[in-house]
Order: sequence, then structure tokens, then C-alpha cells
Amino acid sequence: MLTFIQQILNGLTIGSFYAFVALGYSLVYAILKLINFAHGDLFGLGTYLGYTVFVYASGVIGSKFGIWGLLPMGFVAAAMGTAAAGLAIERVAYRPIYPIGRLPAVVSALGMAIFLSNFIMAVWGPRYLAYQEAFIPTGFWQIGELRIRTLQILILLSSVVLLCLLYYVIEKTTFGAAVRAVALDRETAALMGIDFLKVIRFVFAVGPALGAVAGVFVGMYYRQISFTMGWVYGLKAFTATILGGIGNIPGAMVGGILLGILEALTAGYISAAWKDVFVFAALMLMLIFRPTGLLGEKIAEKV
Amino acid sequence: MRRKFPAFALSRPARLALLFASIAFLISFPFWASRYWVDVGFYVGLYALLGLGLNVILGEVGLFNLGHAAFWAIGAYTTAILNVRFGVPTLALLPVSALVAAGCAWLISSPIIHLRGDYLCIVTIALGEIVRLVLINNPGGVTGGPNGIGGIARPFIFGHTIRTPTDFYFLIWVLVALCALGLRQLQRSRIGRAWNYIREDEIAAAAMGVDVRALKLLAFVLGASLAGIAGNAFAAKMRMVSPDSFTFMESCLIFCAVLLGGMGSIPGTILGAALVVLFPEIFRPAAQYRMLFFGLALAATMYFRPGGVWPRRRAMEFVTKER
Repeated sequence: MLTFIQQILNGLTIGSFYAFVALGYSLVYAILKLINFAHGDLFGLGTYLGYTVFVYASGVIGSKFGIWGLLPMGFVAAAMGTAAAGLAIERVAYRPIYPIGRLPAVVSALGMAIFLSNFIMAVWGPRYLAYQEAFIPTGFWQIGELRIRTLQILILLSSVVLLCLLYYVIEKTTFGAAVRAVALDRETAALMGIDFLKVIRFVFAVGPALGAVAGVFVGMYYRQISFTMGWVYGLKAFTATILGGIGNIPGAMVGGILLGILEALTAGYISAAWKDVFVFAALMLMLIFRPTGLLGEKIAEKV
Repeated sequence: MRRKFPAFALSRPARLALLFASIAFLISFPFWASRYWVDVGFYVGLYALLGLGLNVILGEVGLFNLGHAAFWAIGAYTTAILNVRFGVPTLALLPVSALVAAGCAWLISSPIIHLRGDYLCIVTIALGEIVRLVLINNPGGVTGGPNGIGGIARPFIFGHTIRTPTDFYFLIWVLVALCALGLRQLQRSRIGRAWNYIREDEIAAAAMGVDVRALKLLAFVLGASLAGIAGNAFAAKMRMVSPDSFTFMESCLIFCAVLLGGMGSIPGTILGAALVVLFPEIFRPAAQYRMLFFGLALAATMYFRPGGVWPRRRAMEFVTKER
């Protein structure tokens, strides 16, 4: 029983990472109907930016304010840097190309993914880097036999807070209504006076920023980071997006958490080597039997 | 405001002249180029074969397949396992590899063929990953795990062992030529037209009595069998296969070869394969930055020529269609 709870807890933690990254995919897909293949690598960029900020700031900030002064700074800097990268990619590689057609946009997105991962390799080098002990909250809480790391609590708390915030913005504010309107029908929304570009900028800033937060957490949780990790997490997160229903915000969260738990349980009870096979098989089954995802709505076919 | 992207329009004599010139170039190439570049020529041929297979799926029918490397892997592993374990001659395994890849494609794609656009794209990515992970995990000890399988025998034909880069160069280009010829006939047949109809408007095609499902499956199976052939040639050339050769990046490169060269066009796809292989070679002095440039070049090509450098005129409608 204890192992089970421990596995669920791990699953929730990993699931939060996926949920963060999945939101970026889902937001962009809702607006542009484009799989942003570069998103996984934006997440990777966030991890590396966080690493760099921690390395350079730990001396000055860390010594003055301790780890709890260092952490927010790292997160904010990584999120802002990655959001800027997301906006730049949108401006350079997507905005001129997506009016041409769907397929060129997919290739352009693949091109950006290749560009970003190689950019990370060129700047930070091809070897593994490690988040150092000094950047990571190391405490843990003991509840009976159960041991929970402070970091895990931090991850779960911030995922709940940030995801609720995003949900509130999209569902309850006027701007959120504009985003939803553009997702439904871009042209009609534009006729109603909604600034399409503003919505796009929002999506390409918030998605990568959330991805960067997840990236820094992943760095702290697993310690080891490499330039190829963006692709792996990107693919998993995209699976989560599909599981929950693409273009659907609560869906991305549910999908992410579910995927994390599925992964933790298969790794714990069946086989760690086969866990990814299970994950992708779940994706295929979902697409075969319910392509709209768990929370997706039925989309009428356009003739 | 819609931009216009004209396809190449060459007159018939010009096309014939171009065809003969390129054939003459391809045949003479190994006699004046260095061994290194003949090897590069082999890889161009290999990607051309893979690209031609994907072109049937993506270019002719418009099915997004980002997991083509899976079928390539299946072909290569079929050759490796049957040759190393049972001593079947490598070249005799060429049709076997094609058949096994085609059979797997049929099994796998039957339940997913009704999916469209991005959904199919995601399933094929997942498929490619599953195949790679299975190969790494070594079920039943047949795939050799992360190290793969080595010691594949050299192929021989009429008592001549295929050994040097030049031999392999001709092997692959003969295969490319045969496949290209067959595909050209298919393109102009009833089946080819039905494929294009499905690509342009699936529902209208179904209404006209085109068996959409069967034709999509046929395209998938045919494309996969070409990848199986490429897998056989690859295994014979490398003399070993390992899961590292069949990553998502490879599927991505094949996908890009079709779109860079030209959707639905046979010469375009071969050209695209050449671009994808030669780009990193030419930028070798830039070493670690070359893939960075490659990513940028992909985006730039899509801006200036969204259908690729040499698209088929019939396919441009699909490329620029907003859906």
C-alpha cells in the first residue's frame, strides 16, 4: 500500500510536468490548429535558462536571500526568456507561413524544433549538465512511513495554482472569452473586433512560459539535463494533450496527470523499460476509440 | 491575399533532356568522384527510396506519416535476423523485407487509417517510437537490444559480391530507378488518380464510388514496402543494424525530403532526398552548427516554396489548402 501511494505521488509529480507542457501544445493548437513541434524544445530551453540563472545568481542572490530568494528569480527569468523565444519563433517561422497552408507550417515547426535543440547544444554543449544541490530544496516531510520531498510539494502546489490561474483567465475574463472565440472561429472573431494577433502573442508567451516552469522543475527533480530532453518530454506531453482532448485546457491538465500516473504505475508494477511503450499504446488506443480525447467535444466534419 | 506558387513547367523535350542528363550524371558519378562522395551518393539513393515510399503516402494520398522510419527499421531487422540466424542470402531477403514491412504496415494501419491530418500524424509518431523501444527492449532476445545485430553477410549477385561503395551505389540506384518507374506508371493509372482525388477531397471521392479505405491502406502498404526494401539495402551496406539508426529524427528527415523536394512528384522527391543528405555534408565545415542551419533552411524553404522545390502541379492545391 505504501509503495502504491508513493507511486501515485510520483505519478502526480511527473504528471504535473506533462500537464504544464501539454497546456502549451493545447493552447497553440486551439488557436492555430498547428502542432507546435518546437514546444518540447522550448521546454528544454527553459530548463537550460533556469540552470544558467541559478549558476550565475547563486553567488549573489543565494548568499543574501538563501534558496527561497533564488528560486523565484530562476523561474521568472527562465519563463520570461522562453516566452521571448516562443514569441520570436512565432513571428519568424509561423506567422509568415501558416496562411499558406497546413503542411508547410508543420514542416516549419519541425524545422524550428531542430533549430532549437541544436541551438541549445551549440550554446550549452552536448554533454549532460547537472542542477546543483544548492539550487534545490532538499527537505522532506515524513507522514507515518510516507516520505514526501519538499520539492514535490512545491511542484504540486505551483501546478495547482498556475493551472487554476490559467483556467480562470481563459474561462472567466473578457480576454479569455476572446481567446475562446478565436479558437472557435478566427475570421468571425476578427469581425467582432477581436485582435487576433494579441491572442496569438498571448498563446505563444504563456505556453512556453509554463513549459519553462516545468523545465526548471524537471531539472530540479531529476538533476540531470540534456539537450535532447525537450523532444522526449514534448512527445509525452503531446500524448497527454491527446488523452485529455486537444485544444481543451482542463483536458490537458487531466491528460497530463493521468499519463504521469499511468507511467509511474507501469514503471513500478510492470516494467520500467516498457513504460513508454505502454504510454504510446495508450495514445494509439485513445485515438482509435475516442479521437477527441477524454474531455474533448465531438467535432462535426466539415464538408 | 493569397500568394501564388507556380510549379515548374518544362516542355517535353526539356524534360527528356533533363532526364537523360541526370541519368548520365548518376551513372558516371562513381567513376570520377571520390569514395567518400560515392558513399554520400549511396545515402542520397537510400533516402530517395525512403522518400519515394513516403511520397506515396504523404504526397499522393495526403496522409501525414511521421513514423516512416518504423517500416525502414522493420525491413532492416527482417534482413538482419533472417540472415544472421538462418543464413538466408541478403539479397534474397529483399522481397521478404518488403513483404514483412508491408504486412506490418497493413496490420498497424488498418485500425488507424480512418484518422485524419494531425491525429494520424501523432499516431505514426507514437508508432515509430513504439517500434524503436521494442527493438531496444529486445523481446525474446531476437533484436539484440541497444547494440542491435551485427555480422550481416554481404549480398552477392551472379557470383559477384557487392562490396565496394561503388557496388552499393549502383545497387541502391537500380532499386530507386525500378521503384520510380513503377510508381510513375501507378501515378498515371486509375489508382493514382483515385489517390489524388482522396487527397483533394476525401468525401467527394467517397461519393464518387472511390473505395477510400482500401486505397489509403494500399498506399500505406506500398509506401512501407519501399521502406522495407530500403531497410534491406541499408542492412546490407552497414552490415549491422541498431535502434539508433531509426529515430524520430530520421522520420522527420524523410518527411522533410518529400516536402522540400516536391509533394507528389517523383523527381522532386529524389531532389529532396539529395537536399536532405547533401545539406549536412556541404555544411560539414560548420560542424555543430549545421543542423541549426538546416532547421532554419526548412522554415525558409516553406516560406518561399511551400510545395517544395519541384512540386507536382496537381499537388499544389493540397499544400496551400487551408483546413
